[in-house]
Amino acid sequence: MQPYTLTIAESLDHLQKKELTSKDLVESCLQRINKTETKLHSFISVFEEKAMRRAEEEDNKRQQGQSGSLSGIPISIKDLLCAKDTATTCGSKMLENFISPYNATVVEKLENEGAVIIGKVAMDEFAMGSTSETCAFGVPDNPWKEGYITGGSSGGSASSVAGGQCLASLGSDTGGSVRQPASLCGVVGLKPTYGRVSRYGLVAFASSLDQVGPLTRDVRDCALMMNCIAGYDEKDSTSVKIDKGDFRQSLEAGVKGLKIGVPREYFGEGLNEDVEKIVRNGVAILEDAGAEVMDVSMPHTEYCVAAYYLIAPAEASSNLARYDGVVYGYRDGTADSLMDMYKQTRSQGFGDEVKRRILIGTYALSSGYYDAYYKKASQVRTIILNDYKKVFEQCDAIISPVAPTAAWKRGESADDPLALYLSDIFSLSANLAGVPGLSVPGGFTADGLPVGIQLQGPHFREDILLKLAYNIEKSTNLANVLPEIQQ
Amino acid sequence: MVLRQIRRQRYMMNFETVIGLEIHAQLKTRTKIFCGCALSFGDPPNSHTCPVCLGMPGVLPVLNKKVVEYAIKMGLATNSQINRFNQFARKNYFYPDLPKGYQTSQFDLPIVEHGSVEIDVDGSKKTIGITRMHMEEDAGKLIHDEREPLSYVDLNRTGTPLLEIVSEPDLRSPQEAYAYLKKIHAILRYLDICDGNMQEGSFRCDANISLRPVGQEEFGIRTELKNMNSFRNVQNALEYEVRRQRDLLLDGETIIQETLLWNPDSNRTESMRGKEDAHDYRYFPCPDLVPVEIDEAWIDAIRKTLPELPDERKNRFIEEYNLPEYDAVILTGSRELADYFETAARLCANAKKVSNWIMTELLRELKGEDISGCKVAPEQLGELIAMVEKGTISGKIAKTVFIDMMATGKDPAVIVKEKNLVQVSDEGELQAMVEEIVAANPDQAEQFRQGKTKVMGFFVGQLMKKTKGKANPKMANELFVRTLTE
Amino acid sequence: MKISRQEVEHVAHLARLNLSEDDLVKMTGQLDEILNYVAKLEELDTTDIEPTTHAFSVKNAYRDDIAQESLTQEESLRNCAVRNNEAFIVPRIL
Repeated sequence: MQPYTLTIAESLDHLQKKELTSKDLVESCLQRINKTETKLHSFISVFEEKAMRRAEEEDNKRQQGQSGSLSGIPISIKDLLCAKDTATTCGSKMLENFISPYNATVVEKLENEGAVIIGKVAMDEFAMGSTSETCAFGVPDNPWKEGYITGGSSGGSASSVAGGQCLASLGSDTGGSVRQPASLCGVVGLKPTYGRVSRYGLVAFASSLDQVGPLTRDVRDCALMMNCIAGYDEKDSTSVKIDKGDFRQSLEAGVKGLKIGVPREYFGEGLNEDVEKIVRNGVAILEDAGAEVMDVSMPHTEYCVAAYYLIAPAEASSNLARYDGVVYGYRDGTADSLMDMYKQTRSQGFGDEVKRRILIGTYALSSGYYDAYYKKASQVRTIILNDYKKVFEQCDAIISPVAPTAAWKRGESADDPLALYLSDIFSLSANLAGVPGLSVPGGFTADGLPVGIQLQGPHFREDILLKLAYNIEKSTNLANVLPEIQQ
Repeated sequence: MVLRQIRRQRYMMNFETVIGLEIHAQLKTRTKIFCGCALSFGDPPNSHTCPVCLGMPGVLPVLNKKVVEYAIKMGLATNSQINRFNQFARKNYFYPDLPKGYQTSQFDLPIVEHGSVEIDVDGSKKTIGITRMHMEEDAGKLIHDEREPLSYVDLNRTGTPLLEIVSEPDLRSPQEAYAYLKKIHAILRYLDICDGNMQEGSFRCDANISLRPVGQEEFGIRTELKNMNSFRNVQNALEYEVRRQRDLLLDGETIIQETLLWNPDSNRTESMRGKEDAHDYRYFPCPDLVPVEIDEAWIDAIRKTLPELPDERKNRFIEEYNLPEYDAVILTGSRELADYFETAARLCANAKKVSNWIMTELLRELKGEDISGCKVAPEQLGELIAMVEKGTISGKIAKTVFIDMMATGKDPAVIVKEKNLVQVSDEGELQAMVEEIVAANPDQAEQFRQGKTKVMGFFVGQLMKKTKGKANPKMANELFVRTLTE
Repeated sequence: MKISRQEVEHVAHLARLNLSEDDLVKMTGQLDEILNYVAKLEELDTTDIEPTTHAFSVKNAYRDDIAQESLTQEESLRNCAVRNNEAFIVPRIL
């Protein structure tokens, strides 16, 4: 048994029984990284020395009976999360050498529970993208099929977990950036309810949409990660004071009597056949397990992309204004005037997708256009939120695809930004409404590419999603299934 | 030339000045508005900053409750409406002293609206409206290098809480503007929520000014004045700008809407034309901050903590100390001065005398400096006045003692003793000298007996000379009259 | 046409971005396409609908007025590309 193939729960069991040490576990992952990184390119930075040191510390602590709930577990972190005294690049030249003087709250929490942060992983630049191809420091590859995208923006999170390079990862989700790569790489990915997990230290893309979320090998591990990272943070004004309980509690409870809605707008033209089959199979699994399945409608689904692609870029244009070369980050030092410094710095530091979104966002907020664009989109957001409220009066959760297709070849989406935006259609509505969304592996396409099934629920009902996902997982037997990676 | 003069004469009295003031008051909280850095005063650059106020990636703001409390306080003290639901907005622009590339402020939902204050100009009262007040964060400071084309950025001040106070365009003269500025300043100081120091920058003022023909409802084109960093400069700048605009209008020119900087060295306003970029601030609600919802209980609790405000105190001074309004207005002009007055007045029976002393001697000797720097404690002033009342020294001598007190801070009794200034009121002692003087000046004595009462001044003067000013003037008068008419 | 080349130039200036001639042409085309798409929102009647800023409404998130430790001068300046030992340095604003 190779330690890197274990889940968190299994590892904790072995660690406690002294059948395994943290050093073994971390070493195994580091070796796996060494063997597979030239193919996968998951990591922007690997903390070999520090990780081994931490592993030793955890082994000592465990001997003294002082281990935390994630003691010695190797976890990767999307390079959008600040970790003290390490480079936090956000996949961008702009922050290539930015050393964060502080820890993100979620990173702090992981470390307090004894987790070993094994490295920072690749992502679309500033989290803007669905393929991770805009990463300035190497594009991660799908462990299931060479030359195929991992999805994005948390692509490195997905590939590092699916590739066995670590046991779990923290990513971020603004329009599907945890769920979609999870779906495309065959792992579990959860976007918590907005306000459930602290955003302090998560470099902001779209503040009212961003959430940190775990990517794990199975549903139980997802619950374990949530137990650690969820919770009110006084440093995040948008964080909600709500009891987190124990996310593992309801897992085994069974789904009898739960009402599952199948929103008809998610199943139509553009949805890949294999994907549809896999999702409908998920519906059948739940029905067999005693859930009541019903047809529901989310009538404004077709407007989600438009609303999102005004709100997110608008907030992003403001959030990214701080990257001006003055206090930190890349600066074009050759500029003579301040104006030139600003323009050259930002034009050289940012990639095209980031620039595109900054332009749309600036335009949507600008004088004369604010009402027609940003305000209008915010009003449509209310309408979409109401769709969710209405649907959750009828059912406990809705089930749908995460994305219209499975992974595709790298380089294929380069020239058509709008088409790429449209592929987010099933995932971004959860961000607009702030509801939790989870992707659980559902099966594979005929080409052998993973497809995830998405569950969405009412605010703060991650427990329902975990329960449903656990049941699907039991039936599909897809928990912790890792691909073979040719070396 | 003649035509122009005729035109001028025709229009000379016909313009009305319209002024609105925008005040930024730095609030005296312990920490910044959105982070826990202590407020900075003259500290080494960039030593009072943290990831939040530096705008580092990933940081988030959290609102300092005290800032809200102070804003509500100021709203209550100005008869304003407290908006129970208000929120923050981002004002987006690029500048090196603004690390996030936006200023967190309030736009369409400010915390306070529709208030007013009363001002007193040359005895007539007027109500000036306050359009709104809102909370926002201050920016950092830029220092320009003397020789190299560089600027140094110090971000200690970023995140300092500001209360922006916008008046209605109700002011009709630079004088009114000055009075309004003083009034707002006094209220802020009475509430002790702001240091109110224009030179240090804790109290700043920009003005909008336009002229319009009397009777016209529409406002004229306005200019914005900045860089006025004292009360006097505000009035001077406005007076200059009124003249400048009037001259242009009289010549048939149009006013260019622009921002002008006051130059205190050349005493002129100067155009920033060409240097300023038209800003599109792209205001939108700040998604990192949640709305502020204020409940009645909190407002009531704050209302109970309001101290006596300038107008209330003025009225009380009139009632309690029997002072004329004129005195009460001056004495309550600042909280410190009002406190000073009351401390002194409680020590001696004659409040009016204390008021006179303060309004004439004290304010003159202070030469415009703040009373907190005054070497004479109110108790000492009270003592001095009590000494005059008792007759220990004459009023005239007291004035010289006072000047000494201002210079040294010594007690009046000490000075009087040191300089041997105790008034001579011993009738016997004085009578002897009076007789000497009368005998030595027979001509003047005769003049007096003939009815030239003005000569008394000469005689009293002689006695004062002999006693080095210490003779009790009343007694001197009586003794001379008696002696001369015997 | 939803957005013109001049408008893109203006917006780029507001956002402090330089666009090469090629980029300007390409971006204008792409932005035009995107804005054409999002115009879809006009199909919805949003009269009297309140805009949503926060999907889940939290109010009154405050902190107490108690001082926390600041960074040292060196820590604040550490990530700056052009600095001396006490300040960030920028080219002079003319």
